[in-house]
Amino acid sequence: MSALWEKLIASLEFPFVQYALIVGTLVALCSSLFGVTLVLKRFSFIGDGLSHVAFGAMAIATVLKLTNEMPLVLLLTVLCAVLLLRTGQNAKIRGDAAVAMISVGALALGYLLMNIFPTSGNLSGDVCSTLFGAFSILTLSPTEVWLSVGLSLLVVGLFVFFYHKIFAVTFDESFARATGVNAAGYNLLIAVIIAVIIVLAMNLVGSLLISALVIFPALSAMRVYKSFLSVTVCAAIVSVVCAVLGMLVAIVADTPVGSTIVAVDIVAFLIFALAGKLKR
Amino acid sequence: MALLICENASLGYEGTPIVRDLNFTVEAGDYLCVVGENGSGKSTLMKTILGLIPPLSGAIRTGDGLQQTEIGYLPQQTPVQRDFPASVREIVRSGCQGRMGKKPFYGKEEKELAERNIARMGLEALADRCYRELSGGQQQRVLLARALCATRRMLLLDEPVAGLDPKVTAEMYRLIEELNKKDGITVIMISHDLDAALKYADKVLHIGSTVFFGTKEDYLKSKALSGLTQEVAE
Repeated sequence: MSALWEKLIASLEFPFVQYALIVGTLVALCSSLFGVTLVLKRFSFIGDGLSHVAFGAMAIATVLKLTNEMPLVLLLTVLCAVLLLRTGQNAKIRGDAAVAMISVGALALGYLLMNIFPTSGNLSGDVCSTLFGAFSILTLSPTEVWLSVGLSLLVVGLFVFFYHKIFAVTFDESFARATGVNAAGYNLLIAVIIAVIIVLAMNLVGSLLISALVIFPALSAMRVYKSFLSVTVCAAIVSVVCAVLGMLVAIVADTPVGSTIVAVDIVAFLIFALAGKLKR
Repeated sequence: MALLICENASLGYEGTPIVRDLNFTVEAGDYLCVVGENGSGKSTLMKTILGLIPPLSGAIRTGDGLQQTEIGYLPQQTPVQRDFPASVREIVRSGCQGRMGKKPFYGKEEKELAERNIARMGLEALADRCYRELSGGQQQRVLLARALCATRRMLLLDEPVAGLDPKVTAEMYRLIEELNKKDGITVIMISHDLDAALKYADKVLHIGSTVFFGTKEDYLKSKALSGLTQEVAE
């Protein structure tokens, strides 16, 4: 036990581990805030679709040998979020079909690109780390760290500022629109923020596991708490605690960061589900 | 002066009219019931009044200084709301969003307005309870309190008693009548419950294959009545 403890203490002295913890905590916080809205607005599938888009964008960035991949990935993912929301509104191609089309399309093209223009000898390793995060959170450059911190704080700020509008639009969109709230505008804002969160979370858990980071804390909190505010606060706390715990376990046990965090999230969900049952 | 004027309006979606050449006016203090069979365009009319969709031709205007966004709307419940974690107070307060414009947080004024309307609907004891754990009738009262936060003058109720048991239905109608008679709030109610329409409303708008607009008395006298009631009953 004490050997593990010493290993943990020793690891925490590395700056890249400290960066990872800071970024991981902030990303977990952001993703959980919008989880409730995403789940309740039935937007979960958009989040999932966008994470695949982010994978495709990452592949393009890798092929182009960009030193800093985040701005391009961010741009493409936000564009797709806007596009998806637009197509969801005019009914030519149904919303869910459009999401499925764009997401598998991006996944396939991303993999294809990485195969045609291999940038390193270890192709499957590259693909795997983009999909499942692997250790990319531990290899962030200082620019990426600052970009992540800045964007996370922006997301939290926007959420707090628009909290009541987001509540109104999520709970009852037609009522909100009838009373003059610009629901379409807020939907767009939510979609863009989700795209930003996904790109941020990609470093932490990889593109296939992002949805878990967004959805699990919200669902856990909803088992036990009854008001929007308490659910949001609880989801944020659960998400941060699970992310920190997951990262520490991953460092000590040498497990992949992303899947460890998600595993902790699953355990938290089971505990909350049980607590919700007992409370009733 | 009329609060709502509908002039030669044709209503529908994407160029396909469901209701043609509709004319009616709603005066301050009216209790208008909109009846008609399913698919006759009741909800299309409602969405047009609220400005959620534009009329295909003609116009529906608000008058006497009433803004379109000042119509308090009681929608039918959506599946999303049934598992939404929100307290009664949070929901009632969200009715103030329209009047707040760009302001991000509720001020003293909005909070007081919400508390008044919670009291008005007899929900004080439930204010911190979770919406999804309330009974159907209590949920409707919460949404009515929210609608009252959005308006001082006109309520638009979409099937306000759908899915409620007879006792709660009667109570709901009594509440609505009280708002109309005591507080002078103009009520437009969409309903397929013709008996209630004839009991509580003072004006009737029937849309469908035959269109009627006028007072309840005229509606009862109307020759087409036997045909109309049958149509509605189906």
